[in-house]
Amino acid sequence: MTVETPVRFSPLDGWQNTFERLPEGLDIREIPFLTQLSLRVEPGSPAARAVEDTLGIALPGPSCADMSGEVKALWLGPDEWLLVAPPDRSQDLAGRLRAAIGDAFATVTDVSAQRTTLSLTGQLTREVLARGCAIDLDPRVTPVGSCVTTLLAQAGVSLVVRGVGASSVWLLVRSSFASYVATWLVDACTEYRGGS
Amino acid sequence: MSNPFRTEDHGHIDRGTTLSFVFDGVTYTGHPGDTLASALLANGVHTVATGIKYGRPRGIMAAGVEEPNALVQIEAPFPEPMLTATTVELYDGLVARGLGGQGRLSDQPDPARYDTMHAPCDVLVVGAGPAGLSAALTAARSGARVVLVDELPMPGGSLLSGRQTLDGAAATAWATAVTDELAACPDVTVLSRTTAFGHYDDGLVLALEKRTDHLGAAAPAHVSRQRIWRIRARQVVYATGAYERPVAFDNNDRPGIMLAGSARTYLGRFGVVAGRRAVVFTTNDSAYHAVLDLADAGVRIAAVVDARESVPARLLAACAERGIEVRTGHVVTGTSGIERISRAHVARFGHDGLGERQGVDCDLLLVSGGWNPAVALFSQAGGALAYDPEAGAFVPAGALPTVRTAGAARGTTSLAGCLADGVDAVTQALSALDRSVTPAPSPAAAAAPPAAPGRVLWRVPSPQDGPDGSHQFVDLQRDALVTDVFRATGAGLRSVEHVKRYTTIGTAHDQGRTSGVLTSGIVAEALGVDIAELGTTRFRPPAVPVAFAAFAGRNRGELFDPVRVTALHPWHVEHGALFEDVGQWKRPWYYPREGETMDEAVLRECRAAREGVAMMDGSTLGKINVQGPDAGVLLDRLYTNLMSTLKPGRIRYGVMCGVDGMAMDDGTVIRVAEEEFFLTTTTGNAARVLEWMEEWLQTEWPELRVHLTSVTEHWVTIPLVGPRSREVLALVAPELDVSNDAFPFMSWRDTTVAGAAARVCRISFSGELAYEINVPAWDGIAVWRALYAAGAPFGLTTYGTETMHVLRAEKAYPIIGQDTDGTVTPQDLGMSWVVSKKKADFVGKRSFARPENQRADRKELVALLPADERRLLPEGAQIIATSTVPAPPVPMLGHVTSSYRSDALGGTFALALVRSGTRRIGETLYVALDGETVPVTVSEPVLYDKEGARRDG
Repeated sequence: MTVETPVRFSPLDGWQNTFERLPEGLDIREIPFLTQLSLRVEPGSPAARAVEDTLGIALPGPSCADMSGEVKALWLGPDEWLLVAPPDRSQDLAGRLRAAIGDAFATVTDVSAQRTTLSLTGQLTREVLARGCAIDLDPRVTPVGSCVTTLLAQAGVSLVVRGVGASSVWLLVRSSFASYVATWLVDACTEYRGGS
Repeated sequence: MSNPFRTEDHGHIDRGTTLSFVFDGVTYTGHPGDTLASALLANGVHTVATGIKYGRPRGIMAAGVEEPNALVQIEAPFPEPMLTATTVELYDGLVARGLGGQGRLSDQPDPARYDTMHAPCDVLVVGAGPAGLSAALTAARSGARVVLVDELPMPGGSLLSGRQTLDGAAATAWATAVTDELAACPDVTVLSRTTAFGHYDDGLVLALEKRTDHLGAAAPAHVSRQRIWRIRARQVVYATGAYERPVAFDNNDRPGIMLAGSARTYLGRFGVVAGRRAVVFTTNDSAYHAVLDLADAGVRIAAVVDARESVPARLLAACAERGIEVRTGHVVTGTSGIERISRAHVARFGHDGLGERQGVDCDLLLVSGGWNPAVALFSQAGGALAYDPEAGAFVPAGALPTVRTAGAARGTTSLAGCLADGVDAVTQALSALDRSVTPAPSPAAAAAPPAAPGRVLWRVPSPQDGPDGSHQFVDLQRDALVTDVFRATGAGLRSVEHVKRYTTIGTAHDQGRTSGVLTSGIVAEALGVDIAELGTTRFRPPAVPVAFAAFAGRNRGELFDPVRVTALHPWHVEHGALFEDVGQWKRPWYYPREGETMDEAVLRECRAAREGVAMMDGSTLGKINVQGPDAGVLLDRLYTNLMSTLKPGRIRYGVMCGVDGMAMDDGTVIRVAEEEFFLTTTTGNAARVLEWMEEWLQTEWPELRVHLTSVTEHWVTIPLVGPRSREVLALVAPELDVSNDAFPFMSWRDTTVAGAAARVCRISFSGELAYEINVPAWDGIAVWRALYAAGAPFGLTTYGTETMHVLRAEKAYPIIGQDTDGTVTPQDLGMSWVVSKKKADFVGKRSFARPENQRADRKELVALLPADERRLLPEGAQIIATSTVPAPPVPMLGHVTSSYRSDALGGTFALALVRSGTRRIGETLYVALDGETVPVTVSEPVLYDKEGARRDG
């Protein structure tokens, strides 16, 4: 018996039309279905080195992300990273990491559907985020590659600075909060849309 | 219409544009740049409100936020209560009326937008007067990130009130030039109409910006009306100026009695003379600025009454030049008039007391008792204040490492001094940030001769018969008198904080700006203590009134609180589910069919689960992945039962207790692999349980090699329930052997369900044969639809939380937090079996041995069956032993925790916590309701399928 792969739905399925009506200066897209693995390992330990060898990158330090490769690493805590890769790579990636870690103590957990990823770009991004986020997005304070876990309005998010002066960011948000965050972002643009 | 009290040429108003407004039913005109107060004064209107307690007519006493009297209610264009006329910018179509202390909230929702903006910076400067502007300019030129906030619509602060010059030109031109330069700097934010109102930890200052209030009905709807700025500053300079202080004397509350500096502001900023014939009562040099400015604008100064024996010759000469009589060593002892002042009573006040009184006719009495630096925010930041005996004021005792004051806010009086102060304060601030500064030369201010000392005078003794001070108002908004202060000290109060609470002085909208220090002075005199020792009352945020709407910002309507939804939410909406709020989650409550009541829908859903097949959305269950060599050890220490013995592939129910031995959460634990477990928590406790586990792991047992990861939202969880559930599952999980032998109760299998990788658990929260199907959230809808389609021939019914509750209650499965309240042990729930006797220790174990936990009469979970099986008991109802309610105190045996109608039982039933409940089984007790008691039979808690025969199908 052949079973078709089911049709997937991302948390912000159906929002793209709304996002397309945003004012010039802010572009929002959901990047759905990314592979996301929670990596817990003591930095500098043999297990961490094994992970780094497997990934081909150094695990980034506090409040930083390495976005250079296909597998991106976001620092979330002193011994915690979120590994982000293209869709449908979790089994393969987790398997390779676990094999590399071997008997050492480090854990990998598939959390791919736990969060969805929003890409925000445009010169309004920083000001829109300032309406609900206390993080200072000045490029002198949070250069490209900064990664912080914080609140946007009343929802927890992980924010990665991808363009200078937050002209481009990723927001990773828990799936259940995604529609709240989307609603908040669209409402935050009310003033730029002009009176109508 | 012209304004009879408007001058030809003073002020920063646009005389070319006329605005129309209505006050107390009368139409007047004013100009852009006016406040409601200045426009009223321009029309000769002084009486604008009445006192809250005695109903006495009250006028406009000040020109800014310190105004104690002139509270107004805005009626149009949008209703708003209790604003000070001195801070309401005039706009066309404004309709307002004066208040007697209390306003009225609108019964209409406020349609305006309010929002918030975060603004991190190096240096925050509060106040755009001479000190603030020179500070901000110096900081901006150093390249620092600067925020400058000022409450007025235009920069200049005190410069707007007078005739000062800088570099030979009007000082206001300098203020404008500085602001223009600041606005052109990319790293500088200048916020006008913005009042800093609170200083919090780590340099967080909150400020309220009034963005469109001044536009009235013309305000665009898409722009927020007000905005709360959350400014995080590494260094703060408060250049907040000073507030003038009055002197208390008899009948000092009449309309037409005004602070001297405020009268000068009305002339200088608004081109308004507050009267035609003025008496000026002062204790210091500053009032002479008002005297000369008003005299030169054509106001007749009937007399200057100076409490000092000696007045600088240059001031006397300037007055003489204008034909103004100065009475030194004199005071104003009282006033007369029908409402507004028509005469000031003047007498000599020497060491031997008051001399003979003499009346001086006037329509305006200006008062200056000295100046209090505006130190509220500095004080909120933790800055110490010291009493300056010469100024009779509390001034900053010194800078804080990150908070400084400049200008009049630190007691500096001259313009040149204020300019230098601003540069000094910000230079120190920048140097603390390791920034070098080359201060630009300050503009040249006219040389100011040294000020002569003032006379510190809090009040003038009453010359009249009767109690001294019984007509002397200290806090005009609270209608608090000098005699009220004496009553407080007479009652034995020694602290100004206690006097404040006893008299309510300083608790009104104006935060005691004109009354606080005055009260300290009067209390000090009454007690014969040094005011420096006595001090003043604490300053607390918010320093100015802020509307709740502004604090709420955009957190209203659908953004009030995050609404969390599961991946299946769109399907539930599409299929007519009604939703129940569970914490922040929206959960399907039940799915009514057309014309069905809730009771009918729930009975139908229950029947499907008990007799056929039903499914629900269980995705909100908390889910935690526990990995590591010591995972079993950690779980053994946190659950009451043994988890480390669980075999991979198997599932165990578990209860967690607090250190007090009380049940705090329950759920299932599955062993994924030797070093990996997956546990579930109740929906509402997901975050709390993870934090609880992390706290023990990180603080008590850091040696354990375990990692905890929340995976709540990675999974969609679908309980598939009922005797036909196995058949439905078999259809969508072709690779799974669903037979009871191959897939027994409390085991799990990884398989493919409807094409999606799934983890299927045989768990039952209903007592029926049941499965919990877990799939990655993005596959949830497809799998749910496949189940719905596969189940259709079996009559598969979707059910919500209400049916879930009925099903679990029929089996006496408790809901932690509903059937428990933090005082209930697992044993009280009839679950001694879940508490390990073998384990050496676990969290809560020690508490089980406490005598209180051993009592025979603890409350225990039982079922209650009403004698009338149609009677639904209200949850929370109290249980008593007798059919009539005895006289209080009524012995309470317990309360109803859960109550439902049951299709399976053919009637209503309840769960309850009842004292010695299990020993009362079979007894009749009574549920006391309003006006009646309802007989109930105490029963074993498990009412349905006591043998547990149904779980295997």
